[in-house]
Amino acid sequence: MLIGKSSDLRYSQVTPKREYLNRRRFLTTGSAALGAFAALGDARANAKLSAIKSKFSTDEKPTSFEAITHYNNFYEFGTDKEDPSKNAYKLQTSPWSVKIEGEVAKPMVMDLDAILKLAPLEERIYRHRCVEAWSMVIPWIGLPLNALLKKVEPTSKAKFVAFESYYQFRTMLASFLAGIRFPYIEGLRMDEAMNPLTLLAVGLYGETMPNQNGAPIRLVVPWKYGFKSIKSIVKIKLVEKEPLTTWNLSAPNEYGFFSNVNPQRDHPRWSQARERRIGEFRMRETLMFNGYGDQVANLYSGMDLIKKYF
Amino acid sequence: MNPILSSRWAKVVLFVLCLLPAVLLAWRGFHDELGANPLERITHATGDWTIRFLLVTLSVTPFRKLFNQPKLARFRRMLGLFAFFYGCLHLMTWVWFDKFFDWHEMLKDVVKRRFITVGMTALVLMIPLAITSTSGWVRRLGFVRWQKLHRLIYFSALLGVIHYYWLVKSDVRLPLMYGAILAVLMAYRVMIWRKEASARRLAEQSRVLK
Repeated sequence: MLIGKSSDLRYSQVTPKREYLNRRRFLTTGSAALGAFAALGDARANAKLSAIKSKFSTDEKPTSFEAITHYNNFYEFGTDKEDPSKNAYKLQTSPWSVKIEGEVAKPMVMDLDAILKLAPLEERIYRHRCVEAWSMVIPWIGLPLNALLKKVEPTSKAKFVAFESYYQFRTMLASFLAGIRFPYIEGLRMDEAMNPLTLLAVGLYGETMPNQNGAPIRLVVPWKYGFKSIKSIVKIKLVEKEPLTTWNLSAPNEYGFFSNVNPQRDHPRWSQARERRIGEFRMRETLMFNGYGDQVANLYSGMDLIKKYF
Repeated sequence: MNPILSSRWAKVVLFVLCLLPAVLLAWRGFHDELGANPLERITHATGDWTIRFLLVTLSVTPFRKLFNQPKLARFRRMLGLFAFFYGCLHLMTWVWFDKFFDWHEMLKDVVKRRFITVGMTALVLMIPLAITSTSGWVRRLGFVRWQKLHRLIYFSALLGVIHYYWLVKSDVRLPLMYGAILAVLMAYRVMIWRKEASARRLAEQSRVLK
């Protein structure tokens, strides 16, 4: 893992100076969560990460670090948007390993450092669209999921990938009344998982992943609603049948397995045609596939994305 | 008689207290303290306070009877009007910050989205109550008819709770809590009504027997 090394892309280059200074002030005044981080002695917490630039990055203005880390859906740590920033310090992210099993020639348990060596870390500045009709622009750092999948050699029976989040009731008491089942499960079709856009993210804004954003390793699928991008992954299972996923189980007519960002297909209870970009006053038009149609539209040619495969 | 409840100043103090959530919200808004999504925060806060004021208004009668404090009734109108006030703020945030005065879009939502349909109905039902809240209107309608009309508040509160329940994604704790409080307040009324009805029946019977 590359820690504290200089790189050609520095945090200050992707961030407007004002935001950068704000973040400094935030870090120095300190929040309870970050203080607790230090107390736990987790050397990895918010260490610098270097990464190369990516052609997949948007040139839109990234959302502030403050908003990205204080407006989270991470129901294990509470259902209020600010709950995870207060409670996620309880998440022990080191040591961390991910078990990869199922329809693969080489099942294995990989620790985080081994995963980080699979491919060079890239900074990917992605649009992030939540199913709740808000959005952000997040400078993730990570590596393509396909680098990990190739390593374990999927068999011909591997049609889907199921992901599982870390779950420990003792440190996630707030999850008790969240109204969904844990551990959190998500899934992708094999071709979606292999798409170069699909990212295993280990950091953001030039640093290791803050706990409330799904430390130490999470999925980022930028053309799908945010809940598909599962946090704090401990298990990846390649399977033949479409896996049962958490929100889909909770309300099948509201949260489909695919859940591609689609302004034409309303959530039964609210419109998905527009979104509020965090930090902006006016609503924006939501883009098909969250604006990533060039890279992913071909995955769904001929599929009814409104009624059947939403 | 409780001297605090009958005091002239009690209403002034209560008025200021009721206004406090709105003032605090505005103050925090101007100081950029409403989090990453301030408009969502304002929508949720004004909605919350609407239901809370409806429930507080509906608590006046039970408390008045249970604790034998007839003077409590003085505050009912103000509390009810504050429920309407917060309901209007809630509607305004939706009309302005969510829909940007796109009337066509709003009409579509009211028809299509059941949580908006019931929420809008709850607020519309409060309009006649706000208008006829003056003493002049009580006289004009006559107390019995006025009271019948003002029972619409039960439906407003119920629809408000349903509106909230239908809107949340999975964590239904708060709407269920509001629902439970409303159920208790209504159960008390049903109990009183049944008592009164049986008392009337007894009186009727004794008259017939005489």
